[in-house]
Amino acid sequence: MIIYWKIFMANFVANILGYGGGPATIPLLEHEVVNRYGWFTTQEFSEMVALGNGLPGPIATKLAAHIGYVQGGIPGALIGLFATVAPSIILLFALLGILMKYKNSPKVKRLTQYVRPAIAVLLGVMTYDFFFHSYESAGIWHTVILAVVSLVLLERFKVSPVYVVLGALVYGGIFLG
Amino acid sequence: MASNWSIFMAFFRAGMLGFGGGLSAIPIMHREVVTLKNWMDEEEFADVLALANTLPGPINTKLSGYIGWRLGGFWGMISGVSATIFPTGLMMILLLTVLNAYKDKPWVQGMAQGVIPIAGVMIGVLAWDFVIKSKKSMGWPMAVVLIAFSIVVMQVLNIHPAILIAILIVTALALPGKKPEKQVDKS
Repeated sequence: MIIYWKIFMANFVANILGYGGGPATIPLLEHEVVNRYGWFTTQEFSEMVALGNGLPGPIATKLAAHIGYVQGGIPGALIGLFATVAPSIILLFALLGILMKYKNSPKVKRLTQYVRPAIAVLLGVMTYDFFFHSYESAGIWHTVILAVVSLVLLERFKVSPVYVVLGALVYGGIFLG
Repeated sequence: MASNWSIFMAFFRAGMLGFGGGLSAIPIMHREVVTLKNWMDEEEFADVLALANTLPGPINTKLSGYIGWRLGGFWGMISGVSATIFPTGLMMILLLTVLNAYKDKPWVQGMAQGVIPIAGVMIGVLAWDFVIKSKKSMGWPMAVVLIAFSIVVMQVLNIHPAILIAILIVTALALPGKKPEKQVDKS
């Protein structure tokens, strides 16, 4: 029973604090499931992020489903998903009237603005962790090649993440296996 | 009014076609809901999007939940949210379970190692995106101050992000309601 409560809390905390959409919850979720509960290693979490980005749909719910499933089977996955989506939807309905009235208020607009830099830092630290981990396991050259090529493909040529992740899987299978 | 099935299909399509995180699905949702089906007008969609942005958590599920509710009540909401989260959640579990089943094979370990730098790049791009958005909404000085403050609190003092975010939320609401943006004196 206690595991379901933990699955609920890990996803609830990460999502109720994640201002700026699903991506903002990724580092908070990592903090919960890697640092706090120790369910996954940094390596496992980074695999989830990469493969999750290679699939369609919102990232926070894909992570929640998988984390919940690994820790608590199908009920775990459902609890993880519920904790991810329900609180923010309930909040939306509960505050709809107030938010509609004050939607142009600078205070309400400031909420996301003020939290954004903190999320930027969390994402920055996570980036460092992933690269450092990759440097330790795959070595500097493979890390640099994969990072530079994927950055150029994703950002410069706007290649779909599906193909970039597939390419990295093939590269890893051949050169890092 | 819309049937639960048509609500489900609209958000299923938006979810399946939106690669690279939820935000890419928003234009597709807009197309389904406003352009193709005329379930909502432009202004209402923009309002819902703005509201969803003010609150924490994934944007997509708030949109599909609210729009589903507007169109079909409680079951409409369930249809919209289910279409957004279940198909992709199932794909994720299947993919990772298959991969983990072959974890002892060296080439699978190699594949797993190969995607880590990609995850680094993806998260790094998001980090930069958040920095630029901070700069756009509050200007460099304020953005840099808040970024430095966040680094000190979380990395140096090792305080849980929840506490920092709570402090930032309280500050945003408690400070007097003057506009922090620069375009104040233009009238």
